[in-house]
Amino acid sequence: MDTQTLIYIFVGLSFALYIGIAIWSRAGSTKEFYVAGGGVNPVVNGMATAADWMSAASFISMAGLIAFLGYDASVYLMGWTGGYVLLALLLAPYLRKFGQFTVPDFIGTRYYSKTARVVAVICLIFISFTYIAGQMRGVGIVFSRFLDVQIFWGVIIGMGIVFIYAVLGGMKGITYTQVAQYCVLIFAYMVPAFFLSFMITGNPIPQLGLGSQVNDGSGLYVLQKLNLVLTDLGFGQYTDGSKSMIDVFCITLALMVGTAGLPHVIVRFFTVPKASDARKSAGWALVFIALLYTTAPAVGAFARLNFIDTVNETSYSEAPGWFKNWERNDLIAFQDKNGDGVMQVRSGEAFEGSPEFAAETGPSGERVVTNTPVADSENEVYVDRDIMVLANPEIGNLPGWVIALVAAGGLAAALSTAAGLLLVISSSVSHDLLKSTFKPNISEKGELLAARIAATAAIVVAGYLGIYPPGWVAQVVAFAFGLAAASLFPAIFMGIFSKSMNKEGAIAGMVTGLAFTFGYIFYFKLMSPEANVAENWLFGISPEGIGVVGMVLNFIVAVAVSKVTASPPVEIKKLVDSIRVPRGAGEAHAH
Amino acid sequence: MADETDTHTTSEAEGAYWRDNIRLLVSLMAIWFACSFGAGILFREFLDQFMLGGYPLGFWFAQQGSIYIFIALIVFYVIRMKTLERKYDLDD
Repeated sequence: MDTQTLIYIFVGLSFALYIGIAIWSRAGSTKEFYVAGGGVNPVVNGMATAADWMSAASFISMAGLIAFLGYDASVYLMGWTGGYVLLALLLAPYLRKFGQFTVPDFIGTRYYSKTARVVAVICLIFISFTYIAGQMRGVGIVFSRFLDVQIFWGVIIGMGIVFIYAVLGGMKGITYTQVAQYCVLIFAYMVPAFFLSFMITGNPIPQLGLGSQVNDGSGLYVLQKLNLVLTDLGFGQYTDGSKSMIDVFCITLALMVGTAGLPHVIVRFFTVPKASDARKSAGWALVFIALLYTTAPAVGAFARLNFIDTVNETSYSEAPGWFKNWERNDLIAFQDKNGDGVMQVRSGEAFEGSPEFAAETGPSGERVVTNTPVADSENEVYVDRDIMVLANPEIGNLPGWVIALVAAGGLAAALSTAAGLLLVISSSVSHDLLKSTFKPNISEKGELLAARIAATAAIVVAGYLGIYPPGWVAQVVAFAFGLAAASLFPAIFMGIFSKSMNKEGAIAGMVTGLAFTFGYIFYFKLMSPEANVAENWLFGISPEGIGVVGMVLNFIVAVAVSKVTASPPVEIKKLVDSIRVPRGAGEAHAH
Repeated sequence: MADETDTHTTSEAEGAYWRDNIRLLVSLMAIWFACSFGAGILFREFLDQFMLGGYPLGFWFAQQGSIYIFIALIVFYVIRMKTLERKYDLDD
């Protein structure tokens, strides 16, 4: 069977599975829609959390980032796992004990204020939409490359699938499809990694392979060889970074704290039966996540070695099939600057900007690029980092079913995260804005209907962003983590660990953190991107890491304001006391 | 204040439980910080002179080790808290 047929079969089967689960687990009440009835086993929830968390970015982009950034990419590895320690230790069990449906629920109740709830909803919607646009782009890439479907139809099909299980099943449908999606995505990630590791080092376990010797007889370790090859071509060492230490520090911290403050992750811990289960569940989630996250550095390093091996100093006419496939999809380009027909991979950009292809082909048959060449770099090859994981099986000459598996895995990763995000958007609209703020008399049935309508609307907006990605999407992913770190995390943290934090303090803190972080990112990413260089940054911290400063400001302002305003009422202090002890979870709090 | 103490639910056990919890949290967060920000970032260059198999040690902490330690921290916390909750009879 040819690879293309296999891809259709694998993707088709995985979609049929998701839809089957959705029909089986239809939500009948708001409690089932928002928190899957609150009775999910902690291991199952851990697996669902892992799928919820590992997005198109983790599955498709991360290993590519590691391949090209080397040590600097450690910020993602530590940042996107360390947040689970914060969740398990500082937030999850207490939020579960509190026992409501959404993150704004906690903030609105703990700070006895509708204003606080609405501010939290605004933060949540902003964070979630930024994030979801990236997922839809991932769906589009996979469809257009592997299924030969236009991005438009790819996104429409993806929207249709998510619609079925998110709108029908709510959190209940999402939970069980996410479990299935985790299994698909982790299998799809590990299989090529085993193959690659075995091919390059003779040790099939990628985590060990990365620390082993290359089996080319040179006796060099993988990382040593990579350092040698890269420095020969004028790159910096793989195991050394180019980012400043303070920037690496701040980005890592912003990603960790941001992870712990992301609403679609937090809300997963509302679905387990008990507070102690929330802790366990966070542990399981990290185990399932770590499986992929400790494999990614190996995949990245092997991919970089393989890529240079097969492409550098190869004449274009002999370039492998995958190279030309991705070139056809605009994600690889070759500009023959010295006219020798041979591809030189060197440090620096081959040409300015992303490739603009002309209709004709060059002397070696390559697609001609009209971009201005960068004169002081000998590099002739442009490669989009996002393709490394998807192209890996082809680069490594792996069998067709592995390629099909990776296509299904990429879709599973993107769809599971998109569904989780859609759910928190829809529940914040139906539950926090309608039921708890503007229309308290709405019936259970009406609220459920509103949740489904909101989910539908959110899918349409997300789909639009996926089909017509505004230029700023890639630029503002830093928003999601920075804003979560600077706004939601401090408010939730102080709500649990301080009894004297009041509504004035919390609101002032959230608004300060949000405004500062938003302003900084907006200025450097959108208003004057040309000024986005280290010399202009505050304390040398890039927009990706600035959430840390926003968070510190949030804490300072909140504490200062709470000192000069009225202390919270006695009921609130009692509420805090009750969420601090696990006994009695299960019964939800009466408002 | 009288009615506050009457209806306030904090018992002695709850207070002691919370203090033990905070103490545990502080030490675990210190390890969390030391393995990631310490070994993986601040002291990375120093640690890179040692090798763990083919990994420079600081690089290993940044891309592998800290993740394993994060898991161990959560596992330890889950077990320790269960013991604490049984001790003060506050488990759920």
